[in-house]
Amino acid sequence: MNLHEYQAKQLLARHGVEVPGGQPCTTADEARSIAEGLFAAGQEMVVLKIQIHSGGRGKGVFKDGFKGGVHLCKSADDVHEKAKAMLGNTIVTKQTGEAGRQVHTLLVASGEKIVDEFYLAVLLDRETSRPLIMASREGGVDIEEVAETNPDAIVKLNVDPLLGLQPFQARNLAKALGLSGKLIHSGAKLIAGVYKTWWECDASMVEINPLCIVENPDGSQKIAAVDAKISVDANALYRHKDIAGMRDLNEEAALEVEASKFDLNYIKLDGSVACLVNGAGLAMATMDAIKHYGGDPANFLDVGGSASTEQVTAAFQIILKDPNVKAILVNIFGGIMNCNTIAEGIVAAVKETHLTLPLVVRLEGNNVEAGDSTLANSGLSLITADSMAEAAQKVVAEAAA
Amino acid sequence: MAILVKPDTKVLVQGITGSFGGRHSKLSLEYGTQVVAGVTPGKAGQKFEDTVPIFDGVAEAVKETSATASAIFVPPPFAADAILEAVDAGLELVVAITEGIPVRDMIEVKAAINGSATRLIGPNCPGVVTPGTGKDSHGGCRIGIAPGYIHKAGDIGVVSRSGTLTYEAVWQLTCNGLGQSTCVGIGGDPVPGSTHLDIIKLFNDDPDTRGIIMIGEIGGSAEEEAAEWIKENCKKPVAGFIAGTTAPPGRRMGHAGAIISGGKGTAEAKIAAMEEAGISVAETPSQMAEALIRIL
Repeated sequence: MNLHEYQAKQLLARHGVEVPGGQPCTTADEARSIAEGLFAAGQEMVVLKIQIHSGGRGKGVFKDGFKGGVHLCKSADDVHEKAKAMLGNTIVTKQTGEAGRQVHTLLVASGEKIVDEFYLAVLLDRETSRPLIMASREGGVDIEEVAETNPDAIVKLNVDPLLGLQPFQARNLAKALGLSGKLIHSGAKLIAGVYKTWWECDASMVEINPLCIVENPDGSQKIAAVDAKISVDANALYRHKDIAGMRDLNEEAALEVEASKFDLNYIKLDGSVACLVNGAGLAMATMDAIKHYGGDPANFLDVGGSASTEQVTAAFQIILKDPNVKAILVNIFGGIMNCNTIAEGIVAAVKETHLTLPLVVRLEGNNVEAGDSTLANSGLSLITADSMAEAAQKVVAEAAA
Repeated sequence: MAILVKPDTKVLVQGITGSFGGRHSKLSLEYGTQVVAGVTPGKAGQKFEDTVPIFDGVAEAVKETSATASAIFVPPPFAADAILEAVDAGLELVVAITEGIPVRDMIEVKAAINGSATRLIGPNCPGVVTPGTGKDSHGGCRIGIAPGYIHKAGDIGVVSRSGTLTYEAVWQLTCNGLGQSTCVGIGGDPVPGSTHLDIIKLFNDDPDTRGIIMIGEIGGSAEEEAAEWIKENCKKPVAGFIAGTTAPPGRRMGHAGAIISGGKGTAEAKIAAMEEAGISVAETPSQMAEALIRIL
C-alpha cells in the first residue's frame, strides 16, 4: 500500500527523522492559513505540493493548462491562488497516464534553502533476504538513471535484521555521502531514523529523494528529508491500524477497489481480452498465452483457490464494467475443487450477469467430464477448450471477430 | 528416491484444527500420507478424524510420534512463531503453507534459522508431493494443498513459485506418461525459505530424478541465480517457464513477490538467463512438459 508524501513524513517524524515543517490541507483557505503560520514563524518561502501517488509532480500539467504540481510561494496570497488552481483539478504526469489524477490534498511546507541533495532508500534485498540501505551522492534525480550513468555514486549496505542498523554503519553511510564534521552525526541520526521507520512500520520501501543539507535562517546547516515516499507491506497492516487508516481509495482504480471487496485480485490493463483464472501464477501465464496468440489481455484476475459462484459472479460483473473488453477467457485448474461445481458456478454467473460477450471456458482437473457436460448442456453459447493454448487461441479469435 | 520427503515420511500438521488445515490434512490422510500428529496449543489429548493425536506443542508431538516434517497452516500473525517452534523442535523439513505472512516476520525467521539443520519450504506455497505408486499416485507423501491424484510416481522433479501453474505442469507430465520424483512449490513470497536453486541442487544430487521442470515468475532474481548455477553444474536436462511476460511494471501480480521493480525482475531477463544456461523454455504454459520431453 502506497502512502502520500505527507503521511510518509508523519511516520518519519515519529521515528526521529527531520522533515520540513508543514501540514496537509484540502481547501485553499486552509492552505492560506498554514502558509501564514509558516511565514509568521520566519520562513521566507513556502512550498505547495500536490499529494498524489505518482512521480513527476513538478513537471506535470493540469488538464486546464495550469502547469506544475509543486510551487514555491513567497506570500500567503500566492499560496491561496495556486492552491485554488490545483485542488479538484486533474493533473497528468509522466507516471499517471493520460487519464491523469484528480488532486484532493495539498501539502503546505517550509520552502527550505537547499545546499546539497542526496538519495536514501531502505528496501528488502531479495537476494539475501535482508534489509538493504541504498544511498547516493546524486539526489533529486531518478535512482535508476544514476545506477546506469554513475553507479559509483551509489553505496549499498545490508543490515543484519536481528541486530538492526549499528551506529557505526550509519556514520559510514553519512561519510560515504560526503558529509563531514557535525553533519556526520545528524546524517547518521537521520539514516538510523529512516531505517527504524522502515522496520517499525513494516514498510516495503522508504525512499528519501532528495535527502538534503538545508541552511537554517541563522546560517547553520542540518540534514532533512525534503521529499519522502513510503509503501507498506499490506500483509502487516493488521498490526498498524493507524497506517491502515492512511489508505486513500481515490488513488486506486475503482474496479480494483471493488474487486478487493470480493477477495479477488484484479488489475486492469489496456487490452480487449478479459480473463478469469484461479491462482496468481496461472493468471499471469494465461495473460501471456493471450499475448502469445496475438491478443491483448484486458486484466489480471485471480479468483483464488476456491472460485465460488459468488466470486465468479462478482468477477464477471467487474470484467463487464471495462468497456474495452470484447471476449472473456475463464481458465480454471480445479485441483481439489470439483470442476462440476465450478461449471455450475460459471453457468449461474453468466445467467445472472446476462453475459452477451463471447466466453471461452477451459476447465481442467477433478471431475472435469461432468463439468464440461454441465457447460455443454447449459443452453449458453459458450465455447470450450481442452488446453490453455487452445483456449487462448479461441478467445483471441473471438475478440478480433 | 525423491527429495525432501518419501512415502513413509512422518508428518505433523501445525494448525490441524483450523478449517483449511483440517480439510487438507484429511486429504493427505486419504492420499495415504503418514500424518502422525497435529499441533494446536490448548487442544492436547484430542484426536483429529478420530485417529491423529493432537498435541499442545511441536516438541511433544515429535517426541511422541517421531515426526520429521511439518506442514504449517496457522494464520499469518502466528505463522512465524509456528515456523520457529518447528525449527526449534529439530524437524528436518518445515513446509509453511500460510499466505500473507508479513515480510518483516520472514526476514527475522530466515535470519534466525540460518545455520540450523531444518529446511524451510514456503511460505505461501502449495507444498511438497512425492507421489506414491498406487492408483492416482496414492500412497505418496503429500504435505500441503496440492491435488494428489494429478501426480504419478516417476523421475521428473518439479520446482515452482506458483500453485496452479505447478498443477498444470504436473498434469501435463502425467498425461504424457512422465511421472514425478518430487514436486516442490517454493511459494510466491519475496522471502522464501528455499529458492529454486536450493531445490535444483537437491534434484541434481537425487539419483532417481532424471529431468527437471523449473517454473518461475516475475520479481526478484532467483531464476537467474538458478540458471547461472545450472549452466555450470547441472547434470540433468532442465525445462522451464516464466509467467508474467505481460505484467505491467510496479504492480504486484497476486503473489507478494511477483513484482517488477526498478526495471528488475522482468520475465524477459529471466527467460534470457535461462536460455543462456541451456534451459528449454516453454513458449506457452501449455508446453511445459513438451519443453522437457524435447531434451530428455
